[in-house]
Amino acid sequence: MDRTLDDITLSGIGRSFELADKRLVALAGIDLRVPAGQVAAIVGPSGSGKSTLLRLIAGLLAPDEGTVEVGDRIVDGPDPRVGLVFQEPRLLPWRNALDNVAYPQELAGRPRVDREARARELMSLVGLAGFEEALPAQLSGGMAQRVALARALTLEPRVLLLDEPFGALDALTRDRLDAELLGLWERLGATIVIVTHSIPEAVFLADRVVVLSARPGRIVADVPVDLPRPRAWATLDGVISSRAGLAVRAALEADALQETRLPGSLPVSAVTAGMAS
Amino acid sequence: MRDVFAVIALGLLLLLGWQVIVWVGDYPRFVLPGPLVVAQRWEQAIRDGTLQPHFVTTLSEVLLGLFVGVTTGFITGFLLARSAFAERLLSPYIVAAQATPILALAPLIAMWFGSGILSKVLICALICFFPMAIATTVGLRSVDPRLMELGRSLRATRRQLITTIEVPAAAPQIMGGVKVAVTLAVVGAIVAEWVGGDKGLGVLINLARGGLFDTPLLFATLLTIALMGVTLYVIASLVERRLVGARA
Repeated sequence: MDRTLDDITLSGIGRSFELADKRLVALAGIDLRVPAGQVAAIVGPSGSGKSTLLRLIAGLLAPDEGTVEVGDRIVDGPDPRVGLVFQEPRLLPWRNALDNVAYPQELAGRPRVDREARARELMSLVGLAGFEEALPAQLSGGMAQRVALARALTLEPRVLLLDEPFGALDALTRDRLDAELLGLWERLGATIVIVTHSIPEAVFLADRVVVLSARPGRIVADVPVDLPRPRAWATLDGVISSRAGLAVRAALEADALQETRLPGSLPVSAVTAGMAS
Repeated sequence: MRDVFAVIALGLLLLLGWQVIVWVGDYPRFVLPGPLVVAQRWEQAIRDGTLQPHFVTTLSEVLLGLFVGVTTGFITGFLLARSAFAERLLSPYIVAAQATPILALAPLIAMWFGSGILSKVLICALICFFPMAIATTVGLRSVDPRLMELGRSLRATRRQLITTIEVPAAAPQIMGGVKVAVTLAVVGAIVAEWVGGDKGLGVLINLARGGLFDTPLLFATLLTIALMGVTLYVIASLVERRLVGARA
């Protein structure tokens, strides 16, 4: 790891959206610092502004209040030092896997020879050597998301942002990709922020889990994860019952309890059970 | 390959049916000539050089008109997709121009722009313009916004977004517009030649049925026009397959 990594600092972030004639506050009063090289997971109920938070760091959205800094630079737009993986692979369907991985370099104006060599290297890094010519429609969901991961790593980002990257995949594929993501992180190094619905995934991957409340999203808990590294598949079995796993769950349940303490409230257990998955 | 045989077999069947109708009805040559008579006249018209100059004239009109119509249609479609204001401003006029029958407009255009190739190209272009503009607008409107966000996250310039995401994503619809335009361009050229012209397959039709009373030549000309349309359509389909075919 000979690269310098960047930390991420969010100060006093607020962001709202106009929807029809209503004003929805997605995020309010967010202060968060992710030190260089850390893996931070962000969990929270639907509508807690998790994806908005990620887009603010990526420079795809601008905050209404506060500032976002990556390294020593205030974010004012997308940055090549930041890699992004979305919930869907978002591959260009008319390009084969290799050309999709090479796409960021093409946009950056790198010469053709360089970008092909780099793309091949990344394809084998994510375990897809031999699938260079495959079109996105010919790839399984897991393979397509690996291509998306390779594409995000192409420009050697110092920061990697992932928005529920494996949420649409089956449980087994998801566990495997989580483990591979950690392997890549250990080898390449990066500051990672991952948004997820899954408590086990969050605890397994992260050094800390940041819990957001329902709308407007505020940080209601910031739970350090004490599981030793390197973590492997075997670690997965213990994450739910680990201290961090229980603490994250408790924070989510406490937030859901407030939500449901409205007139005619539902049984709390029904709400939290749905949330944990 | 099996499809090609099926197409040819159906063609032969239709020719046979045509011949049977002629035999049964025993129609005179100038009302309904049989396929054999038409084929002989066709061959003769090629051999004595009657057909070629008309063919070349019409083909040039079609190709030039297609080029102008497809280009302006694409640019207009692009602008309409880009700006809601442009669409509200222009679309009533574009639709009005399309709703006015080309048969009614053609004499005016011929009067203003003369009986040379310019008026023909304009009429061809006019008839190709609308399907091309609509196809382009629809195609560009349906580009997945998530791919656009991906492009922006990778700091693609406006130009890169257009060339690497929007146009490739809209290519199936755009090529659909081209295919419609190709066949309409042939219609446009014939209509244009009818309202004023001294050369071209449309003129030859008029000559064959009017002064010459040569119905077999009329049929041969019609078949030539149809063949031109089919060939251009096949070329457009091949281009489409090359550009679009490989994605799913």
